[in-house]
Amino acid sequence: MHAPPVEGPADDPWSKMMKAAMAGDEGVYRRLLEDIGRSVRAMARAAFARAHVGDADIEDAVQETLLAIHLKRHTWDPNQKLGPWVNAIARHKIIDAMRRRGARRADPIEDFQDFLAAPQEEDPHDLSDAKRLIDALPARQRDIVQSISLDGQSIGATATRLSMTEVAVRVALHRALKSLGVAWRRSVE
Amino acid sequence: MKTSEFIAALAADPIPESVHLRRRFAAAVAVGLAGSVALYALFVGPRPDIADAAQTVRFNLKFVVALTLALPSLLLLFRLARPDARPGALALWLFAPLILLALAVVVELIVVPSSEWLPRLVGHNMRYCTTMIPMMAAPILAALIAAMRAGAPQHPAWTGALAGAVSAGIAALLYASHCPDDSPLFVATWYPIATLVCAGVGALAGRRFLAW
Repeated sequence: MHAPPVEGPADDPWSKMMKAAMAGDEGVYRRLLEDIGRSVRAMARAAFARAHVGDADIEDAVQETLLAIHLKRHTWDPNQKLGPWVNAIARHKIIDAMRRRGARRADPIEDFQDFLAAPQEEDPHDLSDAKRLIDALPARQRDIVQSISLDGQSIGATATRLSMTEVAVRVALHRALKSLGVAWRRSVE
Repeated sequence: MKTSEFIAALAADPIPESVHLRRRFAAAVAVGLAGSVALYALFVGPRPDIADAAQTVRFNLKFVVALTLALPSLLLLFRLARPDARPGALALWLFAPLILLALAVVVELIVVPSSEWLPRLVGHNMRYCTTMIPMMAAPILAALIAAMRAGAPQHPAWTGALAGAVSAGIAALLYASHCPDDSPLFVATWYPIATLVCAGVGALAGRRFLAW
């Protein structure tokens, strides 16, 4: 009748990290996203290879998955483990990315657990979807996202530089990430 | 852009999403239902002989069928808001109204002379049935799609179609009290057509609004 048996609230490392992140721990959230990114990268690489899709877009698929995880994190049920939820989102986004590259029928995509032993380095690439879509954001939002990502500035430093309050920067950043999600999806359609 | 740089932007956005799927979903059902009931009160209304009709099995069966469509599909829809949802046995419940209708049709064919079959199937109200059910379903469907946008369903079009079925089930519950045709032959023909209309609209809405 119900989804897989659960032994009480999930207490695996990822689930714990996500709970801390949702309680506002930025550092833990960052480590969790790095961790998830590595797993998704391995998952995407295997799926792309199996579907004979070139691996130029793997990092785009990873970043789009991470954005979806971020924007949809309220759809995770804290009584369930985070892993299967991450898998479901990653699979959805990787299939999208492969379709975009002309793969017809997606082969089944293996769960990331199968790759945990082999962490993969990311390829730095500059012509990424993320960069292109961020460039297309309204000027203020673009400045804020670039300041925090590319320049590695804190919210506080960004606020000072743009003479905004920290709250206003956060709100603009949040809006920017949401519109990034929409823009990314449109670029798929 | 490197992924680590991208992550910096995500991590800097810890605005706690105050999205409560369950609450949002419940609100959608309440708002949608209010809209449908308003349409019912304004344009449809109960049939005049409802007190007598309520004594008959055929009349009451219409509500049972509508409920066995509306309730399981509503629960399933809520479950599908999560990307890692497994429909599970709940999906099998979607067959319940069909099985119920099939049994009722068999019984009706046995107890009613064959000369009565066609008139009962055609009934008095088939055009009302296939327009009023979608009309009363519309507010519920719109509210459910709006609520589901907060979710991340794996299959947006199918999820939208299911939302259409939910809305049709609830609308049928209201419509059944108006419709003078109680024969399972009528119900098994026109109610499913109305449901398919709603599911089709829902699928289009799902594809458009539930993709993520």
